[in-house]
Amino acid sequence: MTDSNIVSPELAAIEVHGISRASFILRGAMTAGALYGATAVGPYVGSALAASGGGDLEILNFALTLEYLETDFYEHKAKMVNLGGEAKSLAALIAGHEQQHVDALIKAIQGAGGTPVKQPTFVFPVTDQASFLKLAYVLENTGVGAYNGAGPALSNPAYLAAAGSIVQVEARHAAAIGLLTGQPVTPDRGFDKPLTKAQVLAKAGPLIKA
Amino acid sequence: MSKQPTTEAGRPESGVVQQLARDDLERKRFLKIAGKTMGPGAAAAGLAAFIAACGSAKSSSSSSSTGSASTPASTTPSGSGDLAIVNYALTLEYLEAQFYDNVIASHLFSGPTLSTLKAFGSEEHQHVAALMTVASSLGAPAVKPTGKFPLTSASSVAKLAATVENLGAAAYLGQAGNIKSKEILAAALSIHTVEARHAATLNTVLKLSPTPDGAFAKPMDMPSVLAAVKPFIA
Repeated sequence: MTDSNIVSPELAAIEVHGISRASFILRGAMTAGALYGATAVGPYVGSALAASGGGDLEILNFALTLEYLETDFYEHKAKMVNLGGEAKSLAALIAGHEQQHVDALIKAIQGAGGTPVKQPTFVFPVTDQASFLKLAYVLENTGVGAYNGAGPALSNPAYLAAAGSIVQVEARHAAAIGLLTGQPVTPDRGFDKPLTKAQVLAKAGPLIKA
Repeated sequence: MSKQPTTEAGRPESGVVQQLARDDLERKRFLKIAGKTMGPGAAAAGLAAFIAACGSAKSSSSSSSTGSASTPASTTPSGSGDLAIVNYALTLEYLEAQFYDNVIASHLFSGPTLSTLKAFGSEEHQHVAALMTVASSLGAPAVKPTGKFPLTSASSVAKLAATVENLGAAAYLGQAGNIKSKEILAAALSIHTVEARHAATLNTVLKLSPTPDGAFAKPMDMPSVLAAVKPFIA
């Protein structure tokens, strides 16, 4: 899926190929037990291994871009729409986490001798608390799918450990927002669907201005 | 990152689980992870302490990092390499699935709360089915354990559910770096975040933070997890 709709060059890179026999076995296994729809393990695993020259640094920068996006959303947009009550405290809690994810990723990228991407400018089509929470739910679930999709492509185990630690928190955010807003806490039922780069871009890309 | 659960906003109940929240749950934070400094590496101690605080397992605060890479195969349920990890996960999922089955059969819950528990239970059964098939493709699947769970009151069961789910999430996280097959890793990640969603939901119901570890979830290694679940195996 080398799509041409790459909104931001930083968001290139999580393509992976190579469906093995094991993924077919796994696909059978998952469909056997699950009602989770058409997406099976194989395809997304196929899109999560060994990017064409991408590598860990590109994945980390991709993650950093998403974390910038989330941080900006919870830090700034939350104030603009004047959240109240539980929504306000939850957004504040999450904002702090996302900022820590940004800091950790920048450190990891620099530690690996890479250059962290600059924070893009974002635009969020959100006008009130309801639309804020609706987008928050999408963003968190997209974050879960993005990390889960990219995880297997990471070659450095330390980065995988960090990504796992972060994605678990994104999943917890998603569930907390789902619970608050009456949306499913497990939208994919037993198996969270990993997302390919193209799928992440389809959701997050339009929010990236420059 | 010192662990201060009280700094994480407690989440009042909402919608689906109000009944559960009304069950006069003990507000005391059973998730007592003593204020230890821990990075993403030094994680096991916290959850072990938390399990211990529930009176359900002995603390194994000496357990170290993510480093189940160094876990000897002999501590695994059966098999080696990916099979051992899959069987380890299968064992945990068996216990979780049976736990929810027992909870549902206990008639301690009704209404939307029961629906949530049923949904979570069915998701655990999905995990069992998937892992069993994968284990069969690699070798011999783990034998199904018989669980024993104290189901005395709605509030204690809710706490146990949260304990189990947080433990499950930490267990998967602890194995991510040890899995050789990319396909199995992808599946484990996919299951891992569902356990996290369950844990966050139950924590919220219990008025605990959905993110008890803060911004970075802590992994737990295999020996610590097995020690923590031992009291629940008949």
